[in-house]
Amino acid sequence: MFKDIFRKTKYVTIKSGQNLDRRPSEVVPQEEPGIVTKKELPDGLWVKCPKCGEVLFNKNLEENSRVCTTCEHHFRISATLRLKLLVDEDSFEEWDADLKTQDSLDFPGYDEKISEAQEKSGMAEGVLTGRAKIEGVPFVIAINEAGFMMGSMGSVVGEKITRAIERAIKLRLPVVIFSTSGGARMQEGILSLYQMAKTSAALGKLAENHLLYISVVTDPTFGGVTASYASLGDIMISEPNALIGFTGPRVIKQTMRQELPAGAQTAEFNQEHGSIDLIVARNQMRPVLARLLRYHQEGARYGTTV
Amino acid sequence: MAQLFEFEKPIAELELKIAEIQKFSADKGIDLSQEVSTLEKKAALLKKEIYGNLEPWQKVQIARHSERPNFYDYAPLLFEDFIELKGDRLFADDRSIAGGIALFHGMPVTVIAQVKGKDTKENIKRNFGMPHPEGYRKAVRLMDQAEKFGRPILTFIDTPGAACDLGAEERGQGEAIARCLLATSGYHVPVISTVIGEGGSGGALALGVGNVLLMLENSFYSVIAPESCASILWKDTTKAKEAAAALKFTAQDLLRLGVADELVREPQGGAHNNLHQTAEELSQVISKYLVRLRLESPEALRDQRYQKLRAIGVFQETADINNMLDSDVSTES
Ligand SMILES: [Zn+2]
Repeated sequence: MFKDIFRKTKYVTIKSGQNLDRRPSEVVPQEEPGIVTKKELPDGLWVKCPKCGEVLFNKNLEENSRVCTTCEHHFRISATLRLKLLVDEDSFEEWDADLKTQDSLDFPGYDEKISEAQEKSGMAEGVLTGRAKIEGVPFVIAINEAGFMMGSMGSVVGEKITRAIERAIKLRLPVVIFSTSGGARMQEGILSLYQMAKTSAALGKLAENHLLYISVVTDPTFGGVTASYASLGDIMISEPNALIGFTGPRVIKQTMRQELPAGAQTAEFNQEHGSIDLIVARNQMRPVLARLLRYHQEGARYGTTV
Repeated sequence: MAQLFEFEKPIAELELKIAEIQKFSADKGIDLSQEVSTLEKKAALLKKEIYGNLEPWQKVQIARHSERPNFYDYAPLLFEDFIELKGDRLFADDRSIAGGIALFHGMPVTVIAQVKGKDTKENIKRNFGMPHPEGYRKAVRLMDQAEKFGRPILTFIDTPGAACDLGAEERGQGEAIARCLLATSGYHVPVISTVIGEGGSGGALALGVGNVLLMLENSFYSVIAPESCASILWKDTTKAKEAAAALKFTAQDLLRLGVADELVREPQGGAHNNLHQTAEELSQVISKYLVRLRLESPEALRDQRYQKLRAIGVFQETADINNMLDSDVSTES
């Protein structure tokens, strides 16, 4: 019965739904490179698609990898759900889960922010790292958690990603990083800023070792993360409509008094301007990554003997 | 001095008073040298008191002083020769980053420097020292040459941040900065980075990953501008002063945090009060480190740069688990 009510809403909305604003209303891209804003994951029984206005059962949405069944809008997902959708069952081995945030600058309100973020996201920090397999092919994975202070990068995030890359070199495994982040984390000041350099340098070592790095840039990725590991992929992948940029749209509008054209900073915009190789729908991510990982397996390299 | 800060006013008032007494004394032919001397001593003490205890926000003001020397002021004093090389070979020449070959203490070096303008006209030309992607790509192009020809690299940081307009987004600002970070980490030549004014976020970091990071005494280097931080924390840009203290971004803070290696002395009140003296100090400190770094092997230089970055970050961990993981990491999977 409820379903019928929602169906009705659907038709009404579709007819009038000419709002092409690609940005879901709950998406608050960070204001400054480096900074973080809150976002609530839609909770409860149903949720309204911010793109087409369709009212969707949360359950149906979950079953469709949190992609709108009507317009294919990609909702943001948690790191744990991403992992579940992507890797072979029981193949994930988590690394460095015990690294804990330290309020090293004694920054106003930081401890409280961390507690809130932990409660909200169910994660200890803003990234999940470890190794896993896709269709049997082993690789090292890192996934930012948008629900944890907007995936911002402080010492722990930078350290976990760097260690994951360094271990990938030891294990001779490719690396796939799913980024979603407001940028460097303000509350750890200069220490956060240098995580950009640290992770980038580690990727330099990975490259020297002829190991593959696939960067999957998801909604939203801005600031210091765009200006470091997220932009350094041998292969750059994104999801449809993901917002990606260095400076957040609001800051561009405010500081430059510049109106952004419709669709600016989307994955499609980035691809058009040469920054993204592939835009891959969420339900295709696993097979696409499987192919790419397979083609880069050690034995495939010319001149190597298996 | 054209620009006087609020905190400098007591000094200016006292100096004005001294000048008045001196004039009065000369006009009337009365000997007031005793009084003048007392007041001059007082002024010296006051200066020491004020300039010796600058708050973070006051340092920000000095670092952003409209007359603060920029790279082009220092260049003729630091280098016996400087040949500026332009363009990224892809799109344009970015005038907020200058680069080229210089002769430093008789040694050819590659120089990359952010440049703010001194007046509105120059600032428009240099985009207020906010580089576009082509600036960072020019930097990588010239640093790659330094690696190719075995020249040390000196970078000078002075920017409010990277350009934040639509063009910068279209041309891949994030990638341009990231590429700078990646490239610098791989070089086999000495890289010395010096913050000479404002070190604004990722736009500054792109040139800040040397073997050594030096900072002028009144410079600062931050993940975010204090105004933006205040606006996020307290929804109030006028609380920039409080934000400046919270962010721990002064040269002294960075030295304490182990990010900066040494501070370069400035004349009392800031570099703008004595360009030559500041340039001399800069020259000596850079030279000291360059001599030291040139003794290292190319591999050691690269490794030291990596280890320096590797050590930045503060967190807690249950050490045993990860040590075990690292030693147990098996190559089969
Ligand atoms: Zn929809």
